[in-house]
Amino acid sequence: MQHIRAHVLVCGGTGCKSAGSKDIQLSFAKNLEAYGLQDEVMVVETGCHGFCENGPLVIIYPEGTFYCKVKVEDVKEIVESHLYKGRIVERLLYREPMSLEQVPSYSEIGFYKKQKRLVLENCGAINPEQIEEYIAVGGYEALAKAVTTMSPQEVIDEVKKSGLRGRGGGGFPTGMKWEFAAKSVSDKKYVICNADEGDPGAFMDRSVLEGDPHRVLEGMAICGYAMGADEGYIYVRAEYPLAIKRLRIAIEQAEALGLLGDNIFDSGFSFKLHIKEGAGAFVCGEETALMASIEGKRGMPRPRPPFPAVSGLWGKPTNINNVETFANVAQIIVHGADWYCQFGTERSKGTKVFALTGKINNTGLAEVPMGITMREIIYDIGGGITNGKKFKAVQIGGPSGGCLPENMLDLPVDYDSLIAAGAMMGSGGLVVMDEDTCMVDVAKFFLNFTQSESCGKCTPCREGTKRMLEILTRITEGQGVEGDIELLENLAKNIKETALCGLGQTAPNPVLSTLKYFRHEYEAHIKEKRCPAGVCEKLANYTITDACRGCGLCARNCPVQAISGKIKSKHVIDQAVCIKCGACMAACPFKAIIKG
Amino acid sequence: MTMVNLTINGKQIQAPQGATILEAARGAGIHIPTLCYHPELRPEGACRLCMVEASGARTLVASCVYPISEGMVVNTNTNKVREARKTVVELLLANHPKDCLSCQRSGDCELQKIAADLGMRKIRFDGGARKAHTIDCSNPSLVRDQEKCILCGRCIRVCRDVQGMSVYSFARRGFDTIVSTAFENDLKDAVCTYCGQCASVCPTAAIVEKDDTEKVWAAINDPGKVVLVQTAPAVRVALGEELGIPAGSIVTGKMVAALRRLGFDKVFDTNFSADLTIMEEGHEFLHRLQNGGVLPMITSCSPGWVNMMELKYPELLPHLSTAKSPQQMFGAVAKTYYAEKAGINPADIVCVSVMPCTAKKAEAAREEMCDSGYRDVDVVITTRELGRMIREAGLDFANLPEEKYDSPLGAGTGAAVIFGTTGGVMEAALRTVAEVVLGEEIANVEYHDVRGMEQTREAVIKVGETEVKVAVVHTLASARKMLERIKAGTADYHFIEVMACPGGCIGGGGQPLPVNAEIRRIRREALFECDRASELRKSHENPEIKELYDTWLGKPLGEKAHSLLHTHYSAQKR
Repeated sequence: MQHIRAHVLVCGGTGCKSAGSKDIQLSFAKNLEAYGLQDEVMVVETGCHGFCENGPLVIIYPEGTFYCKVKVEDVKEIVESHLYKGRIVERLLYREPMSLEQVPSYSEIGFYKKQKRLVLENCGAINPEQIEEYIAVGGYEALAKAVTTMSPQEVIDEVKKSGLRGRGGGGFPTGMKWEFAAKSVSDKKYVICNADEGDPGAFMDRSVLEGDPHRVLEGMAICGYAMGADEGYIYVRAEYPLAIKRLRIAIEQAEALGLLGDNIFDSGFSFKLHIKEGAGAFVCGEETALMASIEGKRGMPRPRPPFPAVSGLWGKPTNINNVETFANVAQIIVHGADWYCQFGTERSKGTKVFALTGKINNTGLAEVPMGITMREIIYDIGGGITNGKKFKAVQIGGPSGGCLPENMLDLPVDYDSLIAAGAMMGSGGLVVMDEDTCMVDVAKFFLNFTQSESCGKCTPCREGTKRMLEILTRITEGQGVEGDIELLENLAKNIKETALCGLGQTAPNPVLSTLKYFRHEYEAHIKEKRCPAGVCEKLANYTITDACRGCGLCARNCPVQAISGKIKSKHVIDQAVCIKCGACMAACPFKAIIKG
Repeated sequence: MTMVNLTINGKQIQAPQGATILEAARGAGIHIPTLCYHPELRPEGACRLCMVEASGARTLVASCVYPISEGMVVNTNTNKVREARKTVVELLLANHPKDCLSCQRSGDCELQKIAADLGMRKIRFDGGARKAHTIDCSNPSLVRDQEKCILCGRCIRVCRDVQGMSVYSFARRGFDTIVSTAFENDLKDAVCTYCGQCASVCPTAAIVEKDDTEKVWAAINDPGKVVLVQTAPAVRVALGEELGIPAGSIVTGKMVAALRRLGFDKVFDTNFSADLTIMEEGHEFLHRLQNGGVLPMITSCSPGWVNMMELKYPELLPHLSTAKSPQQMFGAVAKTYYAEKAGINPADIVCVSVMPCTAKKAEAAREEMCDSGYRDVDVVITTRELGRMIREAGLDFANLPEEKYDSPLGAGTGAAVIFGTTGGVMEAALRTVAEVVLGEEIANVEYHDVRGMEQTREAVIKVGETEVKVAVVHTLASARKMLERIKAGTADYHFIEVMACPGGCIGGGGQPLPVNAEIRRIRREALFECDRASELRKSHENPEIKELYDTWLGKPLGEKAHSLLHTHYSAQKR
């Protein structure tokens, strides 16, 4: 057997791929051959490492050297210097944003140090298109253990004991959900994996499917065994072509090895999986809408009860879990619930993957133990706020979640604390906002999303979110009137009480949480006709400071002749004439014009 | 039946297990307002008007879909519920045209009534209504105005679940959601049968019958025209509802009086031509039975049904009886036989019919319906439109005298009047066919085997030595199942009656609103009452029919009858 002395792991996640990682991979092959290293160094395309901000990523083992933002032109140098001569290419190493220190090794980087990667453990470490690599790291051991040594009830009990809760948003105890479906008597049952990840900025499910698809298949098969289902669907957005491709390969390979299909491990348990591509409606992430969509109908939620565990897909008992939930199952079965319970808090066990985005240095995916504080996620893992700006708020839980202010930064991140604070875990989108963010504008952004993604079925969601958006819009345009805040609150309360599905019931959350923590910003917009963050264009006031040298460029660029002043003396803007286009500010060579 | 104990508004009640809160409440006489709910359609819980507080629920729940459970405590009028309910209505009103005063449904609009009942006095949202919808008046029967649509989805459900046509579905998202035909086509380009069931269940004026009353007024006020009117069997037991008289009242005589006072020159009865239809269709059936014709033969008097055949099952058209519907036979005879007899130039005749049906408007407009040499039927108005004309004319309907139809197209038998209910055409046909076959009078005229409200019924009727296998079907969804059986060769029948609408014409798309199973039942009972009260109960005994054949038409299926009273069908491509 030939000896491989080094592995070059090239990230093949969607982020790195769009940044050109395929060409990098090809270039490695070419350069290794040029240096005669092709038999001792192996190039592996992996799934996502989560540190997408710094992609394309290349990691070289055994050292674990972590190269960032690698370009095709860099490959020759890496091969020659690192792999041929044994010298690390320092200029490509990661630099900590706060300390500016260079970190050579993958495990030493701040972004990874505080993470606890259970779900993502294989992402970036194995080739997702080779089932053998998954098996080599212990894959399908859990399925074998479950179907050959455990009864379905024992599996359910183990999952219940683990305290695993749904990672898709609601946080319902997974074991209980399985048990409901198991107790429904029917000749046919279904398992569905909800991979219709739609929250703006969330991409953890995609990464798991792209980087470690078998883990999800294994979790689904174990669920099928536990509840007595022999068929399952993975409902995945059509906008995730790479995930779909890797899922297809994974299903095919698992079937070829008898790990899916008939009579798995000779246990008499059979499990067949299908992929259903969703057409991109956000509401199809709601379980009843999702099932309608699989059935070929318009994706519209229906009232519950009956719950899917009683009457789900095609009227049969069905269990639906999200990708990340299924990805937790195999480890619980292999290592046991007690092992799993060591991670997390009393009522929120295990880890949660967050998608860090916004004004944060290390955007990407981070998996953390439940109970970690928001501050640790944002500062220790996320590397703090970009450009040294001041933190203002973090929006957590996607469009249904809420915005938390600075004094909540030490809040432990778990299901119940977040709900109590007016946000929610959601699928784990985490958008960090700095002092330049207008919170009314943020609420408007999320409400605009939910109102345009409303399925239109129930009145409060269809009509109510539209009216809320209208009110928010007029506030940001300086047309807000006394009573608008109360009207928003009243409407929000009634929408939460009356909407048919989770989308509508949670749609007002961004408004309510910003009203709770940033009410003064709303008041400034309405009463003082002022946007404190200077974001809302129609409320912006452009003023010329003493830095003005009187060059006249601003006056010449003003389309409405609102600026006057003598050459070489300070100019003035007539606020009554100004249309707030910002042309003056862009034209000023002395940064003498400010907006606020 | 297992009963469940629960408390609603402090009142202990029992309701059957599996019932919804709404059903339990209504059973106990507690009213909860609804909009998207319709007693005959699968509840969707979409409008969120029927929200109530229920113990054990996290939020308010939609009572139309939420099942009751033992010990449940429900409150329907707390401040929280009232506020939520009013917010829902307020949101609907904010997105609804404010033209109630000139709206076709003013006075019987469910949204208007709810707004009044709930005391809606102000709308806090001034963003306005979604616009940019053109009104679809592409066809002779129905008008759709999407601006008035509140997206309750009842039309979608009735068309899909009761009629099996699925003409409508939701399209687009959020605030832009609309009820749409495929490709947002006009109804004339959709697979619409014009049955009008959507208009029957629409709570607002988003789908209404096309109003043709102005055409009638114009004809009446034209001194150069002789305006004849015929009234369909099912109108006389429903018209009263339009005029403040309880459902099921037989108002035939007052209706005739009202029509005279409106200015019609002659008031005739579609019962006359229903008897004529039996003569032709009955003989056609016997002819097919005795000469190896295409069987089963299927009735053709329901135009919604004929449209469905032409749209969806053109290959089965030879099964349809070629006999025209009573409405069209009337028109053809009126402008020939009657014109001749009365010495009127048929060009001066305006033939109006009052029908329980919106599809009749389209039937009268069919190109080929001019065998008299003129348009056989000129204007069709529905029961609802006649009600409107009577109100407009200010007639004190309840106190009008009972008057009789004019002759010679005004006599009808008991067999004709039951055309208005499912099974009636079959029963009428059997009464005549049996006597024609046996050549003797049969004492019993009531065929209870074909009566009933099941959507598909079958019976074997002994006519002398012959066993006639018949089936009776109503609603297009059930009709479709029957057609599939015919295609599969498993429909072993000689004769099938099909009516497009639930219950037949008594539940037609042009009948007074609201319609439900109970109202249909009492309308139907009233028709049977008309039959029992008739001196003559078999079509072939109608003296005016006898005179028509003896003096002018010749024999059933004869040459003249063939050219005037029979038609042909062809596939409709849309």
